Amino acid sequence: MHMADALVIPAVAGTMYAASTAAAAYSIVQVRKENDPLKIPAMGVMGAFVFAAQMINFTIPGTGSSGHLCGGMMLSAILGPYAGFLTMIGVLLVQCLFFADGGLLALGCNIWNMAFYGCFIGALLIWKPMMKNGADKKKIITASVLGCVLTLQLGAFSVVLETLLSGVTELPFTVFLAAMQPIHLAIGLVEGLITAAVLSFVYEARPEMLWGIGKTGQAKGRLSFAKTVTILGICAALIGGILSLFASGLPDGLEWAMERVAGTSELAAEGGAYAAAESVQSTLSFLPDYAFKGSESAAGTTVSGLVGGLIVALICIGCSMAFKFFRNAAKSSSAEV
Amino acid sequence: MQNNRIGSALNEICSIEETAGQDRWVNKLHPLVKLFVTLFYIVLVVSCGRYDSDRLFGMILYPVVLFNLADLSFRDAVKRLRIVLPLVMLVGIFNPFFDRQTVTRIAGIPVSGGVVTMFTLMLKGVLTVLASYILIATTTIGKICYALRLVHVPKILVTEILLIYRYIAVLLSETRKMTQAYELRAPGRRGVAFREWGSFAGLLLLRSMDRAGELYESMCLRGFSGEFYPSGVRKAEAKDILWLLLWCMVLVLLRMFPVVRMIGSLVVK
Repeated sequence: MHMADALVIPAVAGTMYAASTAAAAYSIVQVRKENDPLKIPAMGVMGAFVFAAQMINFTIPGTGSSGHLCGGMMLSAILGPYAGFLTMIGVLLVQCLFFADGGLLALGCNIWNMAFYGCFIGALLIWKPMMKNGADKKKIITASVLGCVLTLQLGAFSVVLETLLSGVTELPFTVFLAAMQPIHLAIGLVEGLITAAVLSFVYEARPEMLWGIGKTGQAKGRLSFAKTVTILGICAALIGGILSLFASGLPDGLEWAMERVAGTSELAAEGGAYAAAESVQSTLSFLPDYAFKGSESAAGTTVSGLVGGLIVALICIGCSMAFKFFRNAAKSSSAEV
Repeated sequence: MQNNRIGSALNEICSIEETAGQDRWVNKLHPLVKLFVTLFYIVLVVSCGRYDSDRLFGMILYPVVLFNLADLSFRDAVKRLRIVLPLVMLVGIFNPFFDRQTVTRIAGIPVSGGVVTMFTLMLKGVLTVLASYILIATTTIGKICYALRLVHVPKILVTEILLIYRYIAVLLSETRKMTQAYELRAPGRRGVAFREWGSFAGLLLLRSMDRAGELYESMCLRGFSGEFYPSGVRKAEAKDILWLLLWCMVLVLLRMFPVVRMIGSLVVK
């Protein structure tokens, strides 16, 4: 995804340099605040590690191809987003000078496309919130894959925008986007899995090396059971009561299909069983078709949503209490025997 | 296979470092002057219009003169194009299909705008890569970092770039040993197998972090206080200023006037 100098015009390159410089200045301030003397050598060695690790071919099972490590996510997970970002700048500069991978003028674009998204979006919006209450292998795998996929998608999108704004290609926006995004989705998945494998290994060997991991089982910051139930209840009420107002009057997928096949969305059924079931339904349902009887008001739709949610919740609670009761009864009888 | 790749990367770094450290006239110029001229050249090249092949042709002068003055290997420089050119070609190759309007004729053959823009894009790619190569092949990384410090690039970033560069060779050698050992134990296998992804690179990472600690201790013992002082640097002299002014003037002239066409029109009527 490294952009060459030829793909950008000075105006685009200058703008991206300005944006990357701002991010770098903020990162420098943050790293200085940390005041960790070991940080700079760690950044240097980790930058060299990313270089070396990118030379390793990781075989993708079932295919003849191989993948590489995702530098931004890896560095952020070890050094933190700010030190990781500065390290990525160093890596990109050395890659550009020694291996012609990227360009001096396009360095600002490359820093933004790869380092900014990888370190700031990946680490601060995905890694940190997920690891706040402690880490486990599942969380590490999810964060790594999600982070790599998202940051690569953002990076690829930026490449498309920067190239098109520079006016160097005649490719239409949609065609260029359709070529870039899917391929980077596949790359992101593979890179995410490799990064997850390495970080999982580090977590097992030396968990203290990973950045932003809270203590597992720490009560602080975690929601209690009562709070969780209250929040879920409010969400259910909001969805059932308010969002149901916006429920579509158009047929759903099944109704649509039936209309296409049979010409009607409600098939007529004949027979004693059907008639009995219909009479039971009309007796019990005080809100037929999600409204008060004989009324088409919005309030009817809202109340029906709330009542429906409440009934389902009561049934679930009742079932679980009954299950608990029978299980305890079975346990006590087996203990008596 | 992996060892070949790591080996060629190591060779590339060593070869560039050796070339940059040579005792040549161009290598001795002030690093900030060379950095500025390189950036100025790249900006002027990419600022040339899409159909402006005449002015772009004139820009070839800079790499041609510098390759001769610094006695650089053109073959080594061309090898570096293998990474950049495919990407640039991929972006530009569709231009002939979308822009079919005839803009010029060469020997009576109509040439469409798309062909011209594809050609100028590729030429820009080649010229900018050559300019970067000239800089790194005539200036050591220590001197480039010194130039960056002169333009107030923060110390933390410059130190980190130097450390990355210093440790690339060490970690590449270590990676080569590891991949060689792996390949000998898993003959015929391409790359590291899925089950060993984590442990293979993870071990390298743990060793690298341990190395960072040792590195910091050894740096402190040698009196490291957060600043690197590269050897062989001096203040800018008259010849450096002259070099800077001369190239700025020549490049601006080449960018402003279609010198190549003007010279050609003297011969061909």
